[in-house]
Amino acid sequence: MSENPLENPQKYNEYVDKKSPNSPILKNCFNAFWVGGLICSIGQIIFDFCKYKGLEQQSSNTVVAIVLIGIAAFLTGLNIFNKIGKFAGAGSLIPITGFANSIVSPAIEYKSEGYVMGVGGKMFTVAGPVLVYGISASVIIGIIATLFA
Amino acid sequence: MNKLGKQTIKFDSPPTITEVASIVGPKESEGPLAKYFDKCLDDEFWGEKTWEKAESKIIKETVNMAIAKSNISSSEIDFCFAGDLLNQCISSSFGLRDINIPFFGVFGACSTFVESMCLGSVFIDAGAAKNILCSTSSHFCSAEKQFRFPLELGNQRPPTSQWTVTGSGAAVLSKDGNGPFITHITPGKIVDMGIKDANNMGAAMAPAAFDTLITHFEDTGRKPSYYDVILTGDLGYIGKDIVKDLCKTKGYNISGNYNDCGVLIFDKSTQDTHSGGSGCGCIATVFSGYIYKQLQEKKINKVLLVATGALTNSTSSQQGESIPRNSTCHSNRKLSTNIKNIF
Amino acid sequence: MEFLQSIDWLQLLRCFVVGGGICIIGQILIDKTKLTPARILVVFVTVGAILGGLGIYKYIIDFAGCGATVPLTGFGANLAKGAIEAVKDQGLLGAFIGGVKAAAGGIAAAVFFGYLASLIAKPKIKKQ
Repeated sequence: MSENPLENPQKYNEYVDKKSPNSPILKNCFNAFWVGGLICSIGQIIFDFCKYKGLEQQSSNTVVAIVLIGIAAFLTGLNIFNKIGKFAGAGSLIPITGFANSIVSPAIEYKSEGYVMGVGGKMFTVAGPVLVYGISASVIIGIIATLFA
Repeated sequence: MNKLGKQTIKFDSPPTITEVASIVGPKESEGPLAKYFDKCLDDEFWGEKTWEKAESKIIKETVNMAIAKSNISSSEIDFCFAGDLLNQCISSSFGLRDINIPFFGVFGACSTFVESMCLGSVFIDAGAAKNILCSTSSHFCSAEKQFRFPLELGNQRPPTSQWTVTGSGAAVLSKDGNGPFITHITPGKIVDMGIKDANNMGAAMAPAAFDTLITHFEDTGRKPSYYDVILTGDLGYIGKDIVKDLCKTKGYNISGNYNDCGVLIFDKSTQDTHSGGSGCGCIATVFSGYIYKQLQEKKINKVLLVATGALTNSTSSQQGESIPRNSTCHSNRKLSTNIKNIF
Repeated sequence: MEFLQSIDWLQLLRCFVVGGGICIIGQILIDKTKLTPARILVVFVTVGAILGGLGIYKYIIDFAGCGATVPLTGFGANLAKGAIEAVKDQGLLGAFIGGVKAAAGGIAAAVFFGYLASLIAKPKIKKQ
């Protein structure tokens, strides 16, 4: 090697990028695709069933969310969800199941710090930002809608 | 004790590493070095209720084992140096609260074990102590919880990530003894090459290891071939590769006798540990288990330990700070040792 | 099994493909940008809210059904849609009420099931 990669941090970062193995992105994307698609399809079947039973659209969507969140919470508690997540990556993270997992996993992990400040306080360490940004965005959009109304 | 070159200390009457002990968790027990450890656990909790309590128990039992094996009573041990990865080093302080030995808390991240041995050696050679206890621990679960994510979170570990070793190593250093001796120490500088990826610790630490390594060679006038084994702490596969590369730029070829504890402790192909092991427990258990036994059996006589630590915490990485590596620890360690034949 | 016969298989296929496709975008973000999971979720929910606010996301929902509503972008779009609809009835007050109200079921379920799971489950190590 003729060049000295330690000359400056930028050079070193480039050098390290070359040295570090990349994630197997094609395989990851394939797994994410079919697991994510499957989770959405399970949701679709639940949705169709709700409609079949006569529920209206918005309520059916809520039922889908609750059922998928319940399943994800259950699998997280059984220590199975992290294995699915390792295999599927974004395939289980991006659907609402990932949101549920990100709330349930700290709840279980921080149980040792007590039910109030442990479970209660740490439950939103990963998912809190989702609610902060999601809800803030909805309020801003609502305010903008008021201006145009 | 006198200083050689820029930053190396040479001991007049080198302290002996009288005895060592190591306890490791279940995953390490399935690794290639399993038979060298004193005790292999089959449960990460070891009967405790939390990861943190389990880690404290591991360090406590390791220390007790090292003292028992050394045949030195704990009242004859003057000081102990210990540390770990958890905030404010709670594993060590809770684990060692009952042993009644004056305590120095040490933080050098993953280099803590070697840093403790350096400090202990200086105490002994200075005449301030006859016997010193050094110990560190790490626990995969408590480290993940503190530094990364809850264990139940379904995330993917990138190929550059490393697996924190669950385990503890302890060493008793003595003024009198027949070796292996700690003859030189080279505390390293803090080196920061601007790596911000918390999932690529080996690459972040490699420049610090390299810096200390080269300084050690220059200060002592030794060549890499002087040592039977040159061992870094937990650079993993990527960091190991980088250190070899960097040494070549300075004209040192270390590939013949160089290895890394993070590479040795796990079997990458069957244990899915990606870039290798890491954590305070990595070099502590590999040295106390594997290397010390090789020294005792005289299969190897001269060892250079170079431990590195990632001086970061979860707040600094969220603030976009890069990960300085401590080389302080890194450094060196030691040992050149020889067992029983060199004085 | 009248229900099974009523399933629209073509709709299910569109759901699968679009839902999987959205996950691929997430996977590329994970592998290429080193964003943490929390940041990726934030990106998706925010993008979803914006697309929902602009009225674009409902076309994706019409096409793909749960393939669009189940990913977190759908959660964001739902928040935005709730706020916009509430504004029509209640004015500015609706901007504050509508979003959370529309997403209330999901949020409450996640909190409740999370609490429930913490009562029952014990932390375990990843074996892999």
